[in-house]
Amino acid sequence: MNEAVTTRRNTRTGSSDGFEEVLVDVRDLKMHFPITEGAFFPRVIAHVKAVDGVSFQVFRGETLGVVGESGCGKTTTGRCILQLEKPTAGEIVFGGQDITKLNSKELIDVRKKIQVIFQDPYSSLNPRMKVGEILAEPMRVHKLIANEADRQARVRHLLNVCGLASAFADRYPHEMSGGQRQRVGIARALAMDPEFIICDEAVSALDVSIQAQVINLLEDLRDEFDLTYLFISHDLSVVRHICHRVAVMYLGNLVELADGDELFENPLHPYTRLLLNAVPIPDPAIEKTRQHEIIKGEIPSPINPPSGCVFHPRCPSAVDNCKNQIPTLREVKPGHWVACTEV
Amino acid sequence: MALLEIKDLQTHFFTSAGIVKAVDGVSYTVEQGETVAVVGESGSGKSVTAMTIMRLIPWPPGKIVGGSIIFDGKELLDLSEDEMRDIRGRDIGMIFQEPMTSLNPVLTIGMQLTEPMLAHLDMSEEEAMAKAVKLLGMVGISEPDRRLAQYPHHLSGGMRQRVVIAMALACDPKLIIADEPTTALDVTIQAQILELMKNLTREMNVAMIIITHNLGVVARYADRVNVMYAGRIIESGSAQDIYHNPRHPYTLALLKSVPRMDVQRSAKLDPVDGQPPDLTKLDGGCSFRPRCRYATDVCAKDFPPLEEISSNHTSACFEKNNLDREVKALEK
Repeated sequence: MNEAVTTRRNTRTGSSDGFEEVLVDVRDLKMHFPITEGAFFPRVIAHVKAVDGVSFQVFRGETLGVVGESGCGKTTTGRCILQLEKPTAGEIVFGGQDITKLNSKELIDVRKKIQVIFQDPYSSLNPRMKVGEILAEPMRVHKLIANEADRQARVRHLLNVCGLASAFADRYPHEMSGGQRQRVGIARALAMDPEFIICDEAVSALDVSIQAQVINLLEDLRDEFDLTYLFISHDLSVVRHICHRVAVMYLGNLVELADGDELFENPLHPYTRLLLNAVPIPDPAIEKTRQHEIIKGEIPSPINPPSGCVFHPRCPSAVDNCKNQIPTLREVKPGHWVACTEV
Repeated sequence: MALLEIKDLQTHFFTSAGIVKAVDGVSYTVEQGETVAVVGESGSGKSVTAMTIMRLIPWPPGKIVGGSIIFDGKELLDLSEDEMRDIRGRDIGMIFQEPMTSLNPVLTIGMQLTEPMLAHLDMSEEEAMAKAVKLLGMVGISEPDRRLAQYPHHLSGGMRQRVVIAMALACDPKLIIADEPTTALDVTIQAQILELMKNLTREMNVAMIIITHNLGVVARYADRVNVMYAGRIIESGSAQDIYHNPRHPYTLALLKSVPRMDVQRSAKLDPVDGQPPDLTKLDGGCSFRPRCRYATDVCAKDFPPLEEISSNHTSACFEKNNLDREVKALEK
C-alpha cells in the first residue's frame, strides 16, 4: 500500500499548481497510549489506540486538511509529526530522513523547519512575556539572529506581515483580543522561516468575522513564503475553503483521502458522506428541502475499537464481511483513496 | 398575544473600567411554539439578553437598568425573587452550552432530573422518577432506568446534553432558552441534538430562543432571526429575509465571512475589517460605523433606529436601501 501511495502523482483537478515534491511522508503511523493501573508499580492494562496505522503524504506547497470528530486522532497525528509524541510505530520522513529515529540534538534542525499554530490563542502564549519577547525567543534559542537590534527589527517585520502594528511588540497577551493573539501565534510560527506548519484548529476559537480575516492571512502567507500546511480542523466548511486535499479520519484510521472539491462533491466512504451531511448549510432555502441523514450512535472507545472496519457498528451500508475484514486504503479513482470494501 | 415580549431592555455592568452596556435597548417578541434565533459574535450581548430574561444577572456588577419583559402576560421585572424562582425551570427551561459544567457532578442523573419536577409540580418522588424515565426515553437515551442511578461522568458529551434537554423539558415549559446548545459538540452529535430539539419543541408546542454564532444552525432551525451587534439588535427578520435579502452591512459582512461547504473553493473570503468595539467606549453613533463600508457622517451623529423594510423585517441602518449591489453579489 505504501509503495502505491508514494508513486502517485498529485492530480488535483482544475489547478495549475501541480504539487509533486513529497515534503512529508507518513508511513503506517501508530500512536498507542498506555493505560496503567497501580500507583507504585504501574502495570499497563490497555492501550488507547489514538492513531492506528495512518499513511499519507504532504506535497510541498499544498495544504492538506485533516478532518474528523473529537478523538479521531487528528491532533495526535499532528503531534507525532512535530515529534511532541514518540510514535509507537511507523515512519515520518521529512527532508529525506525518518525523524522518528533522530535523537533530540539531531531534531533541533528539524524543529526549525516544522512549526505549529495552536487552537487556543489564550493558553498558547506566555502571559508573562511581552509579544516582542515571545517572537524573539525562538530566534534567540536557535541562534537564527545573534544581534538583538536585528532581532527586534525582524519582530516588527513579522508583526507587520501578520497584520499587526509594530507597537504590539510592547504589549502583553492579555491586552489583545483573540484574533490579535492568534496573529501573534502565527507570527511566532513564521519566526524560524519554516517549510511546514501544522495548524491545529488554528481558527476554530475565533468569531466568524475574525476567523475569515485569519483564514485570508494564512492563505496570503502560504503564497508569500511558499509554506506547506497540515490543516487540522473539525470545521468542514473552513477545510473546504482552504485545503487542496483533504484526509478524513475516524477512530485512529484514515478512511478517505481526495482532492478537496472531489471529496466534498463525491464523498465515497459512508462515514464521510454522513459527516458532510451533518453540516448545516447557511442558507435556509437549501436547508428547508435538504434531507438530513443522521448518523446513529456515538464514537466507540479507542481502547477497544470494533473488529474489522472500525466504522461498521454505525455504518448504514455495512455487510457481514465488514465485521471481520479490515479495509485497506485503495485508490478507486486517480487521487481518490478510500478505505471501504463496499465502495 | 405574543408569549414573550421584550421591550427596550437594558442590562449594564458597572466595572472599574467603566459602564459596559452589554444589552442596550433590545426589543423582540417570541410567539407560541416559534423558534427564534439570536446570532452575533462574542460580546454582542446575546447571552446576557437570555440571562436577563431569566433574571440571572449577578449584582454586582450587573444590573437590569431598564425595559420590560412580558412573559405570558406577566411583567417578569416586577416579580419578587420567589415568584421568579417559580417561573425558572417550570415555565422557562434553559439549556446551556457546556453539558460538562451545567450538570452537578456529585448528584445522580435521576436526582437532577426529578429536582425541577419535585420543586415545581405537585408530584411524588415515584411519579417524578417515572416521568424521568419517560423523558430520558424521549431524548433518545437507551436503558433509561439504569441511567437514573448514573452520574454525569458516566455519560458522553452528547448524552449529557440530552440529559440537560430532558431537564429543560421536565415541567412542560412554554419557552426554552438554548444558549449555544451544540457549540461544544461534534458535528454529527450536533445534528442529532438539533433534530431532537426541533422535533420535541414541535411536538410539545414549546417556543424556543436559540442563541448561536453558527449561521448554518440558524438557517436550518430558526423561523425568525435577530442579529445582534454591540448590545443591540441591528437586523431582524425571517430566516429567508436575513440570508437572501440582508439589509444591514454587518449581516451582509457576516454572510460573506463564512466559508461554505456547498460551494467550490472560491478565491478569497471578504471579511469585515477591524475588531468589535470596546463596549465601555461607545458613543452616540452607530457602533458598527468604524468597520462599515457604507458609513457616512450621519452615522456618527445618531444610532440608526430599527425601521421596517417589509413586514416583519427591520434593520437599524441609515444606508439600508443602498446595499442592493452587494446583496445581489451574495446571491451568486
